Amino acid sequence: MTPHPLLAPDLVALPCELPAWNGRTDAAAWRAAATRAATQGARLVALWGAPQEVHAAYALPEGLVWLTLPCPPSAPDYPDLSDLFPAAGRMQRAVADLWGITARGAADTRPWLDHGLWPESRGARDYPFVHVSGDGVHEIPVGPVHAGIIEPGHFRFSVVGEKVLRLEARLGYTHKGISRRFTELAPAEAHRLAGRVSGDSTVAIAWAYCMALESATGTAVPQRAQWLRALLLERERVANHLGDLGALGNDAGFAVGLAQFSRLREDWLRLSKDCFGHRLLMDCVVPGGVAADLPAAAADALRRQCDAVAGEVAELRALYDGHAGLQDRFIGAGRVEPPLASRLGLTGLAGRASGIAADLRCDQPWAPYAPLNVLMATQRNGDVAARVAVRFDEVFESLRLIRALLDGLPAGPVATPLNALAGNALGLGRAEGWRGEVLVALALDEQGQRLRFCHCHDPSWHNWPVLEHAVMGNIVPDFPLINKSFNLSYSGHDL
Amino acid sequence: MWRLLRQIGRTGIRTEPAPAPDDALRHETQALGRDIIKTLGRALAIRVVDAGSCNGCELEIHATANPYYNLEGLGFQFVASPRHADLLLVTGPVSRHMEVALRRTYDAMPQPRLVVALGDCGCTGGIFGEGPATCGRVSNVIPVDVAVPGCPPDPRAILQGILTAVQGR
Repeated sequence: MTPHPLLAPDLVALPCELPAWNGRTDAAAWRAAATRAATQGARLVALWGAPQEVHAAYALPEGLVWLTLPCPPSAPDYPDLSDLFPAAGRMQRAVADLWGITARGAADTRPWLDHGLWPESRGARDYPFVHVSGDGVHEIPVGPVHAGIIEPGHFRFSVVGEKVLRLEARLGYTHKGISRRFTELAPAEAHRLAGRVSGDSTVAIAWAYCMALESATGTAVPQRAQWLRALLLERERVANHLGDLGALGNDAGFAVGLAQFSRLREDWLRLSKDCFGHRLLMDCVVPGGVAADLPAAAADALRRQCDAVAGEVAELRALYDGHAGLQDRFIGAGRVEPPLASRLGLTGLAGRASGIAADLRCDQPWAPYAPLNVLMATQRNGDVAARVAVRFDEVFESLRLIRALLDGLPAGPVATPLNALAGNALGLGRAEGWRGEVLVALALDEQGQRLRFCHCHDPSWHNWPVLEHAVMGNIVPDFPLINKSFNLSYSGHDL
Repeated sequence: MWRLLRQIGRTGIRTEPAPAPDDALRHETQALGRDIIKTLGRALAIRVVDAGSCNGCELEIHATANPYYNLEGLGFQFVASPRHADLLLVTGPVSRHMEVALRRTYDAMPQPRLVVALGDCGCTGGIFGEGPATCGRVSNVIPVDVAVPGCPPDPRAILQGILTAVQGR
């Protein structure tokens, strides 16, 4: 049994795949726990709201501590945490927008997800951007409809000539009421919604959701299903990295890179369709296991593809590394130094490129990662080049993991029926998606029929504010490149 | 440089040959060719708007431009402004926050114009449905010529949808 982390009194261990504890606090203990977490170097993984409650999850070496603070209508506020964890700022603003519970003492109380267009909006339609003034400073507003094929969001650049003095993002355009939608669906069906919170991370979020539901019902997933889930997760990681590596080349004017990597990605997606039934692997992870077994012939095809892709990517990496013009655009662009990354809570892939050595597959290897000894990819330069390098390294490591998963795939069933849903049960799931750590926290209602709440947390919440720092001092034409090197989710953030 | 050229040479042309004559898509490709030459001078400009999707449809739209499908080889081009566009490709259930932006993008297009709604969400609202935060299907907000189902539709289905829209013109 993992030792109990001393963050708050009266923590109860949750029956989760990864060690986790939950506890209810009052306002004083809420703030004390956050202070303790900050001094101990714990990470704030997520902060979210629910009807008359606010929740926070901290990652410690021992496991995850999930704290719940009741906020009744008579006192709908709680102590601010954004001075301790800057990433909490926007999450707290989102809690205020969605649940009407406000952070007491927060410096920034502007609406975030609420654009003043819902029936019960509290927000104004004109967003108060921070204005930069001075000789020759002007603003460039971009979006929500962008020039390329990407998700909608608004970026306000304050520039002098070509140089960016400040970038302020305004998100929330893709808000679809996902938290509310979860409560309308049957819990055993809602994995499909979880798989559509962010289309590029469908396996990661669906796995975390299923893990949460399985922990809430005490369902033990068959071993073969766990291995197949990891296989799917690693294939999702490779698919995204291949796409990003091509797009990053293209954004730096190296169109051959896009042509080559998009060809590899297409091969990859086609084999996913053949072996698992879906190009992006949607709905492959289901509560209790996976949707379908992997035939032996398919396993051979997957192995052969790993060999082929490893050779091709090695060749392309040599091309990227040896191309002076490309490296000139990559090196030094959008730099986030490790101390800044640490202070702001940069996480996931982008964090690892800025010296933040955290990868759930290494730090808390859940089944089946423990025996696989995942090698973490890290860089310290924190620039576009570093984020490219981390992607290359992770492609090779995931190819190794896919081979290891195929070789060690245990026999047996690939799914088990979900145990009965118990009233008021809590569930928690975590997974290291390609972008970073994904967390799903849910609670069933009193009858155990519906979800009282379900929060899907994408690491983009942490990294969007850091992007604004990364772009400072760079030139406007480098923004698409820097933005792509983070490749953050709009939909997964807007919910 | 030789290494780059070697890689390009070794990769060769991966664009897939036109489907067999009995294939439904080929029929449309040929019709498109005629149509494009007749009305558009061999160029169709497409503007994409994500009106609230999960990003799955965008990933597959990107794939239509890869060497296998080679969208540009068919005479299509993604453009950065609606003022240059003949066809509007819309994904997602339309979120309340994107409703105005979508209308304005549509209004900014020159006429005649085509609209293709992409994916289950664009066709019906999908798993997100309609609610206080979403307007649901694209046709709830702007007129739609062709709706392509799928979650997400694969690149061939996207191409087919675009071809169908152009053919009906």
